[in-house]
Amino acid sequence: MIAALNVGLAVLILALAFWTVVARDTFSAVVGFVAYGLLLALVWVQLHGIDVALTEAALGSGLTGALLLGAAARLRKTEAAARTERPGVSTRVVAALVAGSVTVALAIAVLALPDPAPTLAPQTAANIAATGVGNPLTAVLLAFRAMDTLLEAIVVLFALIGVWSLAPDRVWGGRPGPLHRVDPDGILAYLARVLPPIGIIVGIYIFWIGADLPGGKFQGATLIAAMWLLVVMAGLSNTPPIGRAWLRIAVVAGPVVFIAVGAAGAAIAGAFLAYPDGFAKPLIKVIEWALFPSLALTLALIVAGAPERPET
Amino acid sequence: MSFLLDLFTIAAVSAGAVFFLAGTVGLLRFPDALTRLHALTKADNLGVGLIVLGLLPHVEGVLAGLKLVSIWLLVLLASAAASQLIARAARRAGPPA
Repeated sequence: MIAALNVGLAVLILALAFWTVVARDTFSAVVGFVAYGLLLALVWVQLHGIDVALTEAALGSGLTGALLLGAAARLRKTEAAARTERPGVSTRVVAALVAGSVTVALAIAVLALPDPAPTLAPQTAANIAATGVGNPLTAVLLAFRAMDTLLEAIVVLFALIGVWSLAPDRVWGGRPGPLHRVDPDGILAYLARVLPPIGIIVGIYIFWIGADLPGGKFQGATLIAAMWLLVVMAGLSNTPPIGRAWLRIAVVAGPVVFIAVGAAGAAIAGAFLAYPDGFAKPLIKVIEWALFPSLALTLALIVAGAPERPET
Repeated sequence: MSFLLDLFTIAAVSAGAVFFLAGTVGLLRFPDALTRLHALTKADNLGVGLIVLGLLPHVEGVLAGLKLVSIWLLVLLASAAASQLIARAARRAGPPA
């Protein structure tokens, strides 16, 4: 029964992925991509990777989907013109060959893995007690592979700088995104009043529980960001001007604290990002608490987009 | 007692699945956006509701049951709001030429 479900899921994902690639309409392709991400989250649940499933649903499907929808809406004007410029046969054949060989190479690499596949899980399980956290993923992300997580947080920050750099000079330092004018008694305004209190609690819960159970700062921060974006899109709030000092400090605070803790580790415990004995869990908490608000704000601002309006 | 509860679960979850099936058929077969939305919301509201109802006897503790029920309530809120927004967009766009 479960095997049938898994096979069905795999077939559905492959079919949807294929459809997303061949869909001619940008909007349809984005909708396909979002549905694909949600199905992928189900696969992660089946593989018992609840943390990854949450991340895929929140970031891979939700937040990226929102970004792509915004891009599709902007491209709509030029889409008809772009569609007439069809690449030549040779270009398409070469593209198909390159994409096909990447797929074959990946398939060979996966099939060539020794059985059982190489794993560091026993070492992680043996050393998790030293970190004091209960969720092995959190232990890996913030203790054993803290460098990767630090770089991830900085990549998100760079993405925001990249989005901001698209601003025209005359509105630099202004407010991101268009001004949303929505019926104040409409359903969107109603949803934006009812949902955020629930969503904020769920977001903080997912962040809080991340130390011991599936969850964490990225997933929780995405929910908080989504709630804020909902309020903005319903016209109940405005995006802040990106020139404000508090906003820039809030965005860099998380990574700065992470780097400071890492540098302190270099001085006290002998290696960058090493935690002194007995202090692993409190230091992980400090990093998580510093990163969480910064990430929520950064992710929200990435979706809000480049500044489009002067401050007033 | 547990047999009766199992029977209840099977009946409720099956009824929920029927609503999902009917909603999907309606989504694929109905002629315009508004009737398709009508089909879709039946799957969301009644389908999820019946499945949650059917699963309730099997949850561990009151808290897990409350979580399931709140998932259903959130789905109700989200689907009602989303279908209103889609319906308004469809009405503004006018009937397809």
